Amino acid sequence: MPDGLYRGGLGAIAALFCVLITALVVTVAFQAASALNHFGLGFLVGTTWDPVHAHYGALPFIIGTLETTGIAMVLAVPIGLGTSMFLVHGIHGRIRAVLSTAVELLAAVPSVVYGLWALLVLAPWVRTIIEPALASITGGTGLFGGPQLGIGLLLAGLVLVVMVLPTMVAISRDVIAAVPDEQVEGAFALGATRWQVLWRVVLPSARTGLLGAVTLSMGRALGETIAVTMVIGNSTAIAHSLFSPSATLSSQIANQFTEATEPFHLSSLMALALILLVIAVIVNIAARLLVGSFGRDRSAASVAVL
Amino acid sequence: MTDPDSASVTALDALDVATEQALEPPPLHAPVMQVRDLAVSFANRTAVRNVTLDFPRGQITALIGPSGSGKTTVLRSLNRMHDLVRTAKVTGQVLLGETDVYGSGVKPALLRSRVGMVFQGPNPFPSMSIYDNVVAGLRFNGVRRKALLEEAAESALDAAALWDSVKDRLKAHAGTLSGGEQQRLCIARALAVEPEVLLMDEPTSSLDPISTKRIEELLGELRNRLSVIIVTHNMQQAVRIADYCAFLLMGEDRAGQLIEAAPTTTLFQRPTDQRTLDYVNGRFG
Amino acid sequence: MTTTSSPQAESDPVLARRRNIQSIAARSFGRRQLYSRVALAVCGVFLLMTLIPLVSVITYTAQRGLQAWSVSFFTKLPTPTGIPGGGIWNAIVGSLIIDAMAVAGAIPFGILGGLFLAESDGRIAGGIRFAADVMSGVPSIVLGIFAYIALVKTLGHFSAIAASFAIGVLMVPIIMRASETALRSVPRSLSEAGLALGARRAAVSRRVVLPAALPGLITSVLLALSRGVGETAPLLFTAIGSEYFSTSPVKPIAALPLVVYQDGIQAYSDLQTRAWGTAFFLVLLVLTLSIGSRLVAARLRRARR
Repeated sequence: MPDGLYRGGLGAIAALFCVLITALVVTVAFQAASALNHFGLGFLVGTTWDPVHAHYGALPFIIGTLETTGIAMVLAVPIGLGTSMFLVHGIHGRIRAVLSTAVELLAAVPSVVYGLWALLVLAPWVRTIIEPALASITGGTGLFGGPQLGIGLLLAGLVLVVMVLPTMVAISRDVIAAVPDEQVEGAFALGATRWQVLWRVVLPSARTGLLGAVTLSMGRALGETIAVTMVIGNSTAIAHSLFSPSATLSSQIANQFTEATEPFHLSSLMALALILLVIAVIVNIAARLLVGSFGRDRSAASVAVL
Repeated sequence: MTDPDSASVTALDALDVATEQALEPPPLHAPVMQVRDLAVSFANRTAVRNVTLDFPRGQITALIGPSGSGKTTVLRSLNRMHDLVRTAKVTGQVLLGETDVYGSGVKPALLRSRVGMVFQGPNPFPSMSIYDNVVAGLRFNGVRRKALLEEAAESALDAAALWDSVKDRLKAHAGTLSGGEQQRLCIARALAVEPEVLLMDEPTSSLDPISTKRIEELLGELRNRLSVIIVTHNMQQAVRIADYCAFLLMGEDRAGQLIEAAPTTTLFQRPTDQRTLDYVNGRFG
Repeated sequence: MTTTSSPQAESDPVLARRRNIQSIAARSFGRRQLYSRVALAVCGVFLLMTLIPLVSVITYTAQRGLQAWSVSFFTKLPTPTGIPGGGIWNAIVGSLIIDAMAVAGAIPFGILGGLFLAESDGRIAGGIRFAADVMSGVPSIVLGIFAYIALVKTLGHFSAIAASFAIGVLMVPIIMRASETALRSVPRSLSEAGLALGARRAAVSRRVVLPAALPGLITSVLLALSRGVGETAPLLFTAIGSEYFSTSPVKPIAALPLVVYQDGIQAYSDLQTRAWGTAFFLVLLVLTLSIGSRLVAARLRRARR
């Protein structure tokens, strides 16, 4: 096969892939168009989701998505950073390799299994231990008020934390390990304690990559569907308490898609998908730009984490 | 000199006593640090052995020898940098004043505030400004008072021949400095903590000749405030700046040993050992 | 600098500062060391907090899953609710069909695309690489919707092939990027030798580079499979699941993740048991694929040294 045909052929195949992505965006947008045209931009801030009266608004689900992701990130960032710092600077040798691999394997467990575990194992704990404890500490009103059902916003946030941590830890670990030894040695040589070296030199030096890790993890949390759908309770009202049932963009789509017969219903669900797609892509692009060269040199095995 | 506060610092008394001894105006020939039968191995491979050496106070001592002779290994054992390497094992004594720095009760972090180090390649902290770099060591050691920080910073930058160039841009990023300036920044950073000993691991080997010359000049002035121990593979540099030299060489068992230590002129002109003579005459390098 | 002042006079402020700094350092050391130890201990606790859910998930899944396992669990078809003795044979076959078709479609795009990227460094390649990376961040449910619009809505019915399409699209970026890494690590001297002998680039790639990178390529496929096998969202509106046995690519079909999802949310305990049993099987499958890909990658690294 002549060189030109070879190169051209390969290029075409690779480019076809880009065409596929464009097709994805275009088809979803096209399907969403009728709902968006009908409701206009008010769709984004509309709060009612009423198939009976054909009135749809996306706000509760946008908020639900942001809330679950927010809970997940608030917990996953410190825990993930601390874990990765400990993995790189706190333990060494074989135990470090074993625990690192264990964390990476966490990422391989399918989302639906996490969902099952969260629904049948974690939910009872949340209902009988965590929610009452939180309510008694905080007085049981506002963010911590309402009936303690187990399933709901809090549980969805917690399962997201568990699912996002492997990504957060794996990338942070690589970023932290990449801080040049000279800087670490230089800090120790000045009389710093180990924590001072980590907090004042290593973390600031790894700042950009760590921000990328956070953003990438956030992207994963935003797009997570199945586990969240299984435990979030599926209410179309905006949640006012962590204990309330709620819904996210993806859970709403998952739940209602097969029942959507009325035309605006389906188109509105497509609109939700479009919003989700746009948010996820923007976050992902930001993350890739921040993580930068770390993305290129990663071992094949850790690519799966992303 | 009695310090009413020292009564409450019981675990650190030994080190306090040593500090006080260091602050008396010392007789110039007394050693600031001593090494007794030092041996360092990494995972069963001996890197240096049987090193016994005194480092004179207020002088510049050079550790010279071909590569692989263990000079850097000896240097790093003086401020316990080998503690950071899991496979490293250090035996023998390293004395700072009267105290064995490997003795129980000695805290490496405090030791390193008294024995500072400058590395081969400039390694300023990239996330910090020039000022923050210089005072980093002080902050690590718990100094917070601005007046003291600024006083120490100016004195250190002055001693590193950098004050005039950077005094108007202290908040600038450390990366805006040239290679030679960055190394002088690292020297200033080490000096700011006012250590008694400054260890330098081939500090000019990655620099151009002009930067090298400027650093060699400032080293001479440092004798007034501390003792310098410098590793160099460059014999001419040793001749230019060192008062005292220690020649190390890798032995048949691939472990470095101290061959000879003497004032510079003696070592280079009238060495006792044939191997020293061969080395200084350039027969191997 | 000053050269005429005596060492004594010049060093007095130095000595005073040294004494001051040393005393501050000594006095604050206890606090600083304690702080460091506590902070690191907290990080250690965080490590435990990261690992405990893993242990919990695996333990519960194994424990409850094993209760569901029996020979008939793997060989029989599902029975109606309330009637004991059913199995997930149709889901096993269904997943096999969906993922086999998906990977069959994804491998050519992924590996050839990876080959293109490995041999190029231009702006187009950079753009494609970026697109692949961004694609891997698209939520899988959106991929399911895409497959729905493209293959279900148009053809008028749910099908296994629509599911394979969605899963395949998911797999392509993984295979592409991992293949690129594997192909780039083939020493240039090998391909240059081939070109120097007068062979065309296509032949060099086919006979020299691809075989040399084979372990890495296998890793990339195993990796993609371990992701694809466990995905549920893309199957929701494409394969949609089934209680019946089917091998047809153009009809709805059962799949392992769908069993876990659809049975897991039911209130009936026998359905939940079936969900656990399927979940355990799925976890073992995914872990085997994941660990397998690691082993191949490790063997590759050892061979390279």
